[in-house]
Amino acid sequence: MGALGFILNAEEGERSWRLAEYVKRGGYSALKKIINEKTPADQIVGELKKSSLRGRGGAGFPTGLKWSFMPRQFPGAKYVVCNSDEGEPGTFKDRDILRWNPHMVIEGMIIAGYAMGCARGYNYIHGEIWEIYKRFEEALEEARAAKLLGDNILGSDFSFELQAHHGYGAYICGEETALLESIEGKKGQPRFKPPFPASFGLYGKPTTINNTETFASVPYIINEGGDKFLELGKPNNGGTKLFSVSGHVNRPGNFEVPMGTPFKDLLAMAGGMRGGRKLKAVIPGGSSAPVLPADVIMECTLDYDSIAKAGSMLGSGAVIVMDETTCMVKALERLSYFYFEESCGQCTPCREGTGWLYRVVHRIEHGEGRPEDLDLLNSVTDNIMGRTICALGDAASMPVKSFIKHFGAEFEYHIQNRKCLVPEDVQRAGSGFFKAA
Amino acid sequence: MLEIEIDGRKTEVADGSTVMDAAHQLGIFVPHFCYHKKLSIAANCRMCLVQVEKAPKPLPACATPVTNGMKVFTHSEAAVKAQKGVMEFLLINHPLDCPICDQGGECQLQDLSVGYGQSASRYQEEKRVVVNKNLGPLISTDMTRCIHCTRCVRFTQEIAGWMELGQAFRGEHAEIMPFIEKTVDSELSGNVIDLCPVGALTSKPFRFAARTWELSRRKSVSPHDGLGANLIVQVKHDKVLRVLPLENEDVNECWLSDKDRFSYEALNSDARLTKPMLKQCGEWREVDWQTALEFIGTDLKRVVREHGAASIGALASPHATLEELHLLQKFIRGAGSENVDCRLRQTDFSLDGKGATPWLGLPVADIPSLDRVLVVGSFLRKDHPLLAQRLRQAAKKLTRVSLLHVADDDQLINLHAKSIVAPSALAAEFAGIVKAVAEAKGATVDATLAAVQPSAAAKAIAESLVSGEKIAIFLGNFAQQHAQASTLHALAQKLAELAGARFGYLGEAANSVGGYVAHALPGAQGLNAARMLAEPRKAYFVLHAEPELDCANPQQALAALKGADLVVALTPFKTRAVDYAHVILPIAPFTETSGTFINTEGRVQSFNAVVKPLGETRPAWKVLRVLGNLLGLAGFEQESSEAVRAEVLGGKPASVGDRLSNRADGIALDLAASAPALQRVADVPIHFADPLARRAPSLQKTRDAAPPAARMNAATLAQLGLAHGLQVKVSLGGTAILSAQLDAGVPDGCVRVAAGHELTSGLGPMQGEIKVERA
Amino acid sequence: MLSQDALQKIDREIAKYPAEQKQSAVMGALAIAQMEQGWLSNETIEAVAGYLGMAPVAVYEVASFYNMYDLAPVGKYKITVCTNLPCALSGGVHAADYLKQKLGVGFNETTADGKFTLKEGECMGACGDAPVMLVNNVRMCSFMQPEQIDALLGECK
Repeated sequence: MGALGFILNAEEGERSWRLAEYVKRGGYSALKKIINEKTPADQIVGELKKSSLRGRGGAGFPTGLKWSFMPRQFPGAKYVVCNSDEGEPGTFKDRDILRWNPHMVIEGMIIAGYAMGCARGYNYIHGEIWEIYKRFEEALEEARAAKLLGDNILGSDFSFELQAHHGYGAYICGEETALLESIEGKKGQPRFKPPFPASFGLYGKPTTINNTETFASVPYIINEGGDKFLELGKPNNGGTKLFSVSGHVNRPGNFEVPMGTPFKDLLAMAGGMRGGRKLKAVIPGGSSAPVLPADVIMECTLDYDSIAKAGSMLGSGAVIVMDETTCMVKALERLSYFYFEESCGQCTPCREGTGWLYRVVHRIEHGEGRPEDLDLLNSVTDNIMGRTICALGDAASMPVKSFIKHFGAEFEYHIQNRKCLVPEDVQRAGSGFFKAA
Repeated sequence: MLEIEIDGRKTEVADGSTVMDAAHQLGIFVPHFCYHKKLSIAANCRMCLVQVEKAPKPLPACATPVTNGMKVFTHSEAAVKAQKGVMEFLLINHPLDCPICDQGGECQLQDLSVGYGQSASRYQEEKRVVVNKNLGPLISTDMTRCIHCTRCVRFTQEIAGWMELGQAFRGEHAEIMPFIEKTVDSELSGNVIDLCPVGALTSKPFRFAARTWELSRRKSVSPHDGLGANLIVQVKHDKVLRVLPLENEDVNECWLSDKDRFSYEALNSDARLTKPMLKQCGEWREVDWQTALEFIGTDLKRVVREHGAASIGALASPHATLEELHLLQKFIRGAGSENVDCRLRQTDFSLDGKGATPWLGLPVADIPSLDRVLVVGSFLRKDHPLLAQRLRQAAKKLTRVSLLHVADDDQLINLHAKSIVAPSALAAEFAGIVKAVAEAKGATVDATLAAVQPSAAAKAIAESLVSGEKIAIFLGNFAQQHAQASTLHALAQKLAELAGARFGYLGEAANSVGGYVAHALPGAQGLNAARMLAEPRKAYFVLHAEPELDCANPQQALAALKGADLVVALTPFKTRAVDYAHVILPIAPFTETSGTFINTEGRVQSFNAVVKPLGETRPAWKVLRVLGNLLGLAGFEQESSEAVRAEVLGGKPASVGDRLSNRADGIALDLAASAPALQRVADVPIHFADPLARRAPSLQKTRDAAPPAARMNAATLAQLGLAHGLQVKVSLGGTAILSAQLDAGVPDGCVRVAAGHELTSGLGPMQGEIKVERA
Repeated sequence: MLSQDALQKIDREIAKYPAEQKQSAVMGALAIAQMEQGWLSNETIEAVAGYLGMAPVAVYEVASFYNMYDLAPVGKYKITVCTNLPCALSGGVHAADYLKQKLGVGFNETTADGKFTLKEGECMGACGDAPVMLVNNVRMCSFMQPEQIDALLGECK
């Protein structure tokens, strides 16, 4: 297991998230270090660059580079924002980080504020994990009481205020500019870029947004140095990474492993395939990533580059495992319904196209498919991809394209035979829900 | 400057320009729906996707900033593929019901689908249906046709200043709507009809009246407020069926107020008078023109013979044309009287003879370049909807706008500072601002000003003024109608001197300036509008006005008219003149005559008739000319309205701004004002301000046309032992029965009772002590 | 309309943001109002708009965009079941079917006694705990096998 130990702390039990426990584990030492040593901001950013930490939210953008975009000299307000709006199907790592280790995120954000000259930060937390949001608010209170947050942190002239903002059920707010709109009290509709948040972010001010796991990685890098973090992973893919494994495995959960760990090993950590059934397909990076068939994924290692080479994306590290009981048409239907429901409605291709995709897949699943449907689906996705403000249009399209690409025969079977290749009772058994009965 | 090449053509654009800006500059059309030059960029329709060299995917021209050396292709295969893809998406849920859609023939979606659409749809699923919304009496909805460009939403937020429309829900379920059960009540609401690129929002009054290709389009000028918005009047079979904005960036930009847009309905209403009427033996009879005019000639001669020429008076509406006003004053003067006036709501005339011609004092288009503006005594938004809109936009940028007024209506302008006082305190409060500015500037002031103690609000306004460089002070309708109008003028003039500011008036009516230019004003020996009524005349000529609604003291006006021997009413409408007139002549409204309005900035805007006069209606200038002939007066030989105009203006100037000056000399500053225990605040609501608006049925159904009430703040209500909703008897000169209403924006000790409405026409002056008691 | 307690909570939300950015508190304010009133009526939305100085339709946009807000009354217990793919692979849909059968209602329906409303949810970010359910937006229930569902329903008095 990795050196950061976000998840291991869960084993310390319910108290592990408390400030005292975090400090016992060496928490806030990175913050104290930079405050005491008056570490220059550039040095912190330099350390991050060295670490090769790449954004853990899904896009994998180098964090040090992102921080260096902030116009430090810009007069007036600047903001640090944490994206804990984790709603990408398959992804559930940030919830565990915040559940067991909220102070590590807080510390990372304070350091970010220090390094980028920001006086205020917000952590945007997925609305559905309300208990976690409440816990985070409590953690903030603890930090304020300990003078780790607020005016003159630890007696220095550095002040930083951090607040939690909850979502309330909108996947799109995980997109960073939609998230900013949402903090501003609006619908979460993504903004056209440029301008990018680094110049026009929250309330029109320079803003840096990082994922929860990204911020949580910062204290380690400050304490141990960027080089050491990099060594935990692979070149250009620094550090350990949390992988959320869900679906047809015996022990779903979060696993913190070094970047570059073989997929096989992760699958083993998750207890292997449920009921010893055969692996059929894996979506390796959250529902928006293209699906990979069993034979392809079994040869992959878990890092940005290897998965990209295989034709998918590491994304947020959400590994959705599907076994032979899975109907791929039904699986795609559910994902297409999700994107249809979650499209913000702003851009024409996504607003109109996601509904179109869903309805056609729905028809195929319900035995009303037509021979021309697969070409139509591919053509519609072509007209959506790359034509919208944010990536939701692409996210809705990639599953469609990849499911057809890898499992086209199954779709054709549905269309021709008006039923599924996988018998209903087999599908039913796969979920494990009826094991008692 | 940045260099850009679009479709092989090079140009240079300013930094910060978008690809769309550059395309416009080159005259290259990029298809679009959500983009609108006056609105923020949404980039949501995706129709303007273009190919940009080195960009991995097509980019929206409307939102993509130009970078130096950029190469753009708007009609390349990749660009057209993207545009066609978007068009297909736009059409999948759009009903293909163009033949029954009111937008048919003027629909951007229809037009663009010809170029970018396909003949058959690949979409075989069920289409979306969206329930219609009730947006009020002006805008009709067919929401299933909506393509979610959000232009209307952005318009209400950004231009009208209050978000009355939103896009609720998300994704395919997204719907444009007002808040549940609310209508769109902005005085600028009709513009969303123009903005809507499809048939989702259309004109309710125009609904199914005609197809766009059946209409002739004729230019005209709005006869309402002092801006003189430019119009396109659309006509079929000699009937005005619709009014649209004629874009003029210097005047109305691309907007119209709802009054400009929908008042045309009055032109076609039953309220039109179509035949001359003569009252004989107490009975009204329709007569021919000859009979009517000869009667006037004969009877007028009798009045002059019996009572002298000074017993003739003429009251003209400032909404009359320059030509009409000119011939009216010429006729009255020819008859030997100097009693003529078009300032019907004015009460303080001490500026007369002091050399001032009230006008804006600067071009309208200069407003955005001002860094400080003080507006004094104005129901800004409702009196001057589009000037207020300019100030709203300016206030978002560099202009700090302050307001000194008698009612705290939400102007939907980000005001820098404001002071709201009772009418009797207006001059003193204004003096406080002047005093504070003088102090800041280290200037000495006379004894009257020296005695003033500026309030905190006055100081805040003064502070903002002294920090500015390009400053303007505007006096509104209320200031002009105020009993101390000349003092307010003197204070504005003094303040302008001290602060290095310009000052002027927000002209009340379409031709307020024209009235001065035509000299439709009393001569040195003549009586002004107020005195003509206070000292009743034997004969009155009333041009385009309804004195019982348009005068400062309707009660007195009605009494004076009822007591006269001869009242000649020249009006397009069947008015209450039947109660007091002896002859009523049907004259042409602005659409049925040529004429000229001089707007508040001195812009001379002439227009032609767009339709034939209705029935036996005649243009008033012709009627007045014939009357001159009948009286044997010299100088009534004009063959055309152009000849009349030339006579007034000495040519065909585009503007008379250079002839106008607000400067008045030797005005006394008199700050003393009696402060009655309870005083009236009177506004003239937007749709009661002139005869045309009053008779436009759809406008009269809007919230802005709600009947007058007795509005008071909570303290005043409590003090009088009244409650919101109670029926009350209001007395000022006469009485009126109104409903008491809570209005936190009314100053202490004041009751706001609107003028210009039948319900309050029994009352006396617009200002002064008022009594309110339970009815 | 809103209780003193709710307004105090809303004030705490407002205090999280810069003074001129009151609108930022709208999501919090709506959540607080909904927790107090059970759902968001037009009156509640207008009250929130008035309190924050927003146009009512701007608040309605927010209330209708985020799907945890309820624009119609719901039962005492609103149970939202995630049926998205990762949950479905571990029985999310079956859990929903089980609930439907137990309660005798479908999605977006409320039991006749007004006790339960069933909703279909999207990803709650807890896929490893599948099947997951959210009770009244605040309580997440993990690993909801039939016996756990029975226990949950039993707890809801």
